[in-house]
Amino acid sequence: MSAPIVRFLGVEKSYDGVTPVVRHLDLDIARGEFLTLLGPSGSGKTTTLMMLAGFEVPTAGRIEVEGRDVSRLPPHRRGIGVVFQSYALFPHMSVAENVGFPLEVRGMARAERSARVARALEMVRLGGFGERRPAQLSGGQQQRVALARALVFEPSLVLMDEPLGALDKQLRAEMQLEIRHLHEQLGVTVVYVTHDQEEALTLSDRIAVFHHGAVQQLDAPAQLYERPANAFVARFIGENNRLAGTVSEIDSEDGMVKVALAGGRSLWAMRGDCGTAGARAVVSVRPERIALAPGPAADLSEDAIPARVVETIYLGDHVRVRLALEGGAEVMAKRPIAAADPRLVAGAEAAVAWQPEHAIAFAPEPGD
Amino acid sequence: MADAAAGLARRVRRAGLRRRAAAVLLVAPLLLFLLIGFAAPIAALLARGVQDTEVPRVLPRVTAALADWDGQGLPGPDAFAALAEDMREARAAGTLAQAATRLNYDINGFRTLMFATARRLPGPGEDAQAALLAADPAWGERATWAAIRRAGGPVTDFYLLAAIDLKRDEAGRIVAAPAEQAIFRDVLVRTLGISLLVTLLCLVAGYPVAALLASLPTRQAAVLLAFVLLPFWTSLLVRTAAWVVLLQREGVVNTALLGLGLIEAPVQMIFTRFAVVLAMAHILLPFMILPLYAVLRAIPPGLGRAAASLGAPPWRVFLRVTWPLSLPGVAAGSLMVFIQALGYYITPALLGGASDQMISWFIAFYASRTVNWGMAAALSALLLVATAALFAVYARLAGEARVRVA
Ligand SMILES: Nc1ncnc2c1ncn2[C@@H]1O[C@H](COP(=O)(O)OP(=O)(O)OP(=O)(O)O)[C@@H](O)[C@H]1O
Ligand SMILES: [Mg+2]
Repeated sequence: MSAPIVRFLGVEKSYDGVTPVVRHLDLDIARGEFLTLLGPSGSGKTTTLMMLAGFEVPTAGRIEVEGRDVSRLPPHRRGIGVVFQSYALFPHMSVAENVGFPLEVRGMARAERSARVARALEMVRLGGFGERRPAQLSGGQQQRVALARALVFEPSLVLMDEPLGALDKQLRAEMQLEIRHLHEQLGVTVVYVTHDQEEALTLSDRIAVFHHGAVQQLDAPAQLYERPANAFVARFIGENNRLAGTVSEIDSEDGMVKVALAGGRSLWAMRGDCGTAGARAVVSVRPERIALAPGPAADLSEDAIPARVVETIYLGDHVRVRLALEGGAEVMAKRPIAAADPRLVAGAEAAVAWQPEHAIAFAPEPGD
Repeated sequence: MADAAAGLARRVRRAGLRRRAAAVLLVAPLLLFLLIGFAAPIAALLARGVQDTEVPRVLPRVTAALADWDGQGLPGPDAFAALAEDMREARAAGTLAQAATRLNYDINGFRTLMFATARRLPGPGEDAQAALLAADPAWGERATWAAIRRAGGPVTDFYLLAAIDLKRDEAGRIVAAPAEQAIFRDVLVRTLGISLLVTLLCLVAGYPVAALLASLPTRQAAVLLAFVLLPFWTSLLVRTAAWVVLLQREGVVNTALLGLGLIEAPVQMIFTRFAVVLAMAHILLPFMILPLYAVLRAIPPGLGRAAASLGAPPWRVFLRVTWPLSLPGVAAGSLMVFIQALGYYITPALLGGASDQMISWFIAFYASRTVNWGMAAALSALLLVATAALFAVYARLAGEARVRVA
């Protein structure tokens, strides 16, 4: 891998000097990648992005762009494109003037400028809209103008802070694809902020999951989903069932642990960030990984868990089955509609099972 | 189908009418109050600028006799007789001074002419023409009689013309007023000039304050805004008097400068244009800051950030984003300050010298000192027209700005 385009080195940030908003951030962003900062509200994503853009100053640490320390560089000298959630289009300028603004401040000649603007508008499929005012555009069109404006001066790095937050679901899906294609086409590095995990999974090469001002995990989408690093990530990305228990045995060779569940039963799971023998643990299993059959447990597999169907929810393309396990815990299983079994109605006897490699044992989150 | 549509349209129209009627009813009391308390007095005052009643009232016979004088040569003997008759009666009734004062506005010395003539009026049966000509040769001049005819009412453009340094000559043509009476154009230009200077000063001083206020969190901004509004709590007179204390020869500023050794003798500051402009700008500053603050506050802070991220240094962000978006506030504030400054009276009267007085001073002068209501009304009309013209310009600009921003 070539030298990273952006490096956060021990960056910390606090607005009031007491509450840390970003705590000790070390993050390398590779040239050309699409990196998403994903996390719940207030986790410090925007703050991180604004420090990179130059609107906030880190309390400690250093930010390097292209190998240069930019911590003290004012925003207008960083050459980073930014797309804001509010679009921040200039209401008194036409669409073409908006898009031409970064070229204008760079002193580009009028003729070349209008050619570049036309090309940029063409790129976001807004050719012919140049003379309009931003107020005369729909939300999606405004967002596309903001995109064109942030890309027209060909920055090597573009930041986007929840750019699709104000759009409805369908338009969002459309814009996600558009942003993805622009990224592929232009080869720019994108740092993207969202709290919508589906959006993050759709767009990103890598996702940094933020929580309480710290990166919980930085990985490719599939890794993040299949091998979450801790209970927070498992809970935040996708759905998961959580079974509380205690670590009873560790097999460090295979990276497996045996967890004694609260109900008395024991099971094997992949080793997450759980402690050693005797520590409390949470076993996480994705609903779609749970095998499910009506009838007695022994019919499914030898280590299947007997259960009773609590309810079945029909969702068109799949059904969800909520089950009470022997021992009291509840799990949710998910079946594609083609594999749904009509015998699994509320009150029916059933059995559930899953592969040990689809279960991961984590240390419980605070409050669990 | 068409019937139903027509019915719906009728119902919608009726509902709209009802709503409008209710609105009219609600504003009716205020409208009535404005009409009686504000519009009517102004109209009455302005009417005095074109009414001309003194001469026809006091000298009815000669007014009638001159009505069909062709203006060529002297009027006939009957006009002389009518004048003698009128003057005799007016003298007895004690009303001669009213007509004499009115005619004196037109021709300097007419008052003296009237009273001197009144003492030497011909007796009954005497030749009026010969007697008047003997009393004063001025009665043999066409201009004298033309002045009486011009003042014959019931309406006149005399005051309005005088307010812009014009008059009518004996043939009724509009000509420039004599130099010693032609002061009002100068006064108007001076009034506009001082107001413009005050407005610019307020803008230059007020913009940074408004920008600072707009950039602060709401709570702090509210506190600072209270300081901006503080001057409103003291009367205009007190604030002006404070400037007298500061600027007079033995005043605070001179004493301080002398004490610091920066000057050797007191500087003349009071009774200068400088003092007038400074004090007016100080007094009117809040009217500039408030609309600017409101407009600047409404500019999303994201716009400045966006401009910076696109490569614009702070001065460029200001010129290209903040300033154009604040123009409606600049216009509103400037207009408020400028229009108020146009009508300023007390501050220039107390702080300015003779050549720093604005148009209001002359209105007050004619209204209270010489009781020349016609002239006061005409100058008021001039001020009103200047203000209205400015407002029209503003309304146009503001309309365009709204379209631009929207
Ligand atoms: N200008 C500021 N002054 C003080 N505190 C701030 C400021 N901006 C953000 N914070 C605080 O910092 C924390 C992190 O805010 P940040 O905006 O970075 O969160 P975020 O991850 O972007 O959240 P969201 O998804 O809601 O946008 C929050 O607790 C917030 O209240
Ligand atoms: Mg945010």
